[in-house]
Amino acid sequence: MKIVVLIKQVPDTTEVKLDPRTGTLIREGVPSIINPEDKNALEEALKLKEQMGAQVIVLSMGPPQAEDALREALAMGADEAILLTDRAFAGADTWATATTLGLALKKIGDFDLVLAGRQAIDGDTAQVGPQVAEYLKIPQITYVRELVVEDGKVRAKRAIEDGYEEIEAKLPALLTITKEANTPRYPHAGAIMNAYRERKVTFWGVKDVDANPEQVGLQGSPTQVKRSFSPPPKEPGQIIKSGPAEAAKELVAILRQKNII
Amino acid sequence: MDFALSEEQQMIRKTVRDFAEKEIRPIAREIDTTGQFPWEIIRKMGNLGLMGLPIPEEYGGSGADTISYALAVEEISRVSGSIGITLAAHTSLGLYPIYRFGTEEQKRKYLPHLASGQGLAAFGLTEPEAGSDAAAIKTTAVLDGDHWVINGQKIFITSGSIADVVIIAAVTDKSAGTRGISSFIVEKGTPGFRPGRDEEKMGLKGSVTSQLFFEDCRVPKENLLGEPGEGYKQFLITLDGGRISIGAMAIGLAQGAFEAAVKYSKERVQFGQPIARFQAIQWMIADMATEIDAARLLVYRAAWLKDKGVRFTREAAMAKLYASEAAERACFKAIQIHGGYGYMKEYDVERIYRDNRLTTIGEGTSEIQRLVIARQVLGEI
Repeated sequence: MKIVVLIKQVPDTTEVKLDPRTGTLIREGVPSIINPEDKNALEEALKLKEQMGAQVIVLSMGPPQAEDALREALAMGADEAILLTDRAFAGADTWATATTLGLALKKIGDFDLVLAGRQAIDGDTAQVGPQVAEYLKIPQITYVRELVVEDGKVRAKRAIEDGYEEIEAKLPALLTITKEANTPRYPHAGAIMNAYRERKVTFWGVKDVDANPEQVGLQGSPTQVKRSFSPPPKEPGQIIKSGPAEAAKELVAILRQKNII
Repeated sequence: MDFALSEEQQMIRKTVRDFAEKEIRPIAREIDTTGQFPWEIIRKMGNLGLMGLPIPEEYGGSGADTISYALAVEEISRVSGSIGITLAAHTSLGLYPIYRFGTEEQKRKYLPHLASGQGLAAFGLTEPEAGSDAAAIKTTAVLDGDHWVINGQKIFITSGSIADVVIIAAVTDKSAGTRGISSFIVEKGTPGFRPGRDEEKMGLKGSVTSQLFFEDCRVPKENLLGEPGEGYKQFLITLDGGRISIGAMAIGLAQGAFEAAVKYSKERVQFGQPIARFQAIQWMIADMATEIDAARLLVYRAAWLKDKGVRFTREAAMAKLYASEAAERACFKAIQIHGGYGYMKEYDVERIYRDNRLTTIGEGTSEIQRLVIARQVLGEI
C-alpha cells in the first residue's frame, strides 16, 4: 500500500502575538511547526504502516525552509519526503495549491490513500484536502476520526455536528483527519539524527510536475486576499430590565423591528 | 564562529521540550510531593531514545552529540529537576564510563539494555569519609581466583538502589595511592551487594539517592572496567563530562524559574500596575536573563569542546561552577519577585529553588570546581 500524506508547515499560532498598533500578526521569531492535524494524518498513516505494511510519502508545498517539517516527518517514520518549492508556486490560493499537489500526486502515481489534516491553523479553510480529491476525481471523506482499510476499501467514521457517519469508499481515496483520531508520536532521538544525516528530501519545481505556470501560484489563483483586518469588537448587548411579561413584549417588539421574526 | 544550533540539535530541543511540557509538567509537582520515582516517564524517555543520547546507535544509543544531550538535560530540568538529575546521572556517570573505558564485550553486554532506558545505570564514588577528597575511598576489591571480592560502603548514589548496573570505585592496591584505585561493573542482585536506605532530601525528591553496601560481594573478574589502577583517572574523566550535564541541569532549572518570574511579574498588580513596570523587578529580570545566557554559553562551549575531542576539564568546571551559582541567584530572585507566594508550595519556584541547591554540590562542589580551575590556570606551584 502506498500512502501519501499532505503536510503544511505553519507558524506555531500558540506563540504568535498581535502587533497592538497595526493589529497584524508578528511572525518574526515565531517557530514553525507541522500543522497539528497534518501530524494526526501522518500518525494515521504510520499506524497503517505498522498494521499492514505501507510506504508512507509525505508531500508538502512551501518555501525551502519547509524542509524542516519534512525532516521531522521522516524522523517520525515517513519513508520518503517531497517538497514542492518554486517561485512560481508562491502566492497560491487553495485552488492553485490543490492543483499543484494534485499534479505531484499524479507524478507519484499508484497511491492507495491520500491523507491530509482537516485544516491548517494559519488559514483555517479546510479546502485543500477536498479540492485535491476533486482535482484527482477520487472519493473523499472529510473530518475522519477513525478509519479501517480492508479489501481495497476504506471505512471511516466521519464527525458531524451531533454524532458521526460511517462511510465506505473505494481506494484510492482522500481522507482529511481530525485531531480526535490519535495522538501523534514523538520522533525517536536517533531517528532525528538520521533524518538529517542519512535521509533526503526531494525537491520538485514547476517543471518536475509538468505544471503550466498559469495553473499554479498567484497566476493560477482565482481568489486573492484583498485585505486582512481584526474583526470589530462586539457591541455590548442590551438588557431588558422590566418584569417578565413586559420584558417578553419588549423583546418581541425589538425582534420584529430587526426583522428577525 | 557560529552560535547557532544545528538543525538536528534544534529538533532534539523542540522534541524534548514538547515531551517535557506534555508528559512531565503534569506530574512534576506530584513527584516532588510524593517522592514517587517516575518509572513510566523514564520508560517513555527510553522509547524516544533519550536515555542514551550520546551513545552510538550500534550500542543502542541515539548517536547524538554532547550538545544535543546537554539540550535534553536542560529541557527536562526546565520542567523537573528530579527527572533531569536522573537522566544526567544515568547518562554521564553510568553509561559513559562503560562506553569510554569498557571492553567491546562489556559494551555489548550492558549498553543496549541501559541506553534504551530499559534499565538505569548509576555511579558509586562517594563514601561517608570520601566526598571532595574522593581519593580517600575505603571500599576495597581483592582478587580471589576468577572473582573480585568487594567490601565497603557508598553514599549519596543517584538511582543507586533502583539501577540495574552500578559502576563503583574501589581500592585494589593500597600502596599505590591514586594509582591503586580501580572501577568495577556491579550488577543489581549480585550476592553481597545490598542497597541501604534511600535518603530524604531537601529537593529533587522524585529522584532516588541511595546508600550501597558491599559485603564480600563477588563480581566476575571480567567486570573490572579497563585496567587495574585506572579507576582514579577514569572517574576524573567521567566527572568532567558529568559537570557539563549538571551545568545543563542548572540552566534548565534557572530557565524554569525565570519564565515563571517573568509571567508572574506581568500578572501581579501592586500599587495599581503590574510589578514588571517597577525598575526593582526589571533589574532582577535583566540580571537573571543575562546570567542564564552566560551560563548557557559556557555549558554549550564545554559540550562543543568535548565533541571536538579537545581537553575540556577547565571549561567544564567553569561551566558547572558558573551555571550552578547563576541558577542559585536566578532561583533566589524568582522567589523574591513572587514575594510571599513564592515561598508557598503552590508556586513552582519554591520547588525549583530546592531542586537547584544540589547543583553547587553534586559532582564536585563549587569549591572543588574553583580548585580544578585554579590548578588549570596556575599549574603546579
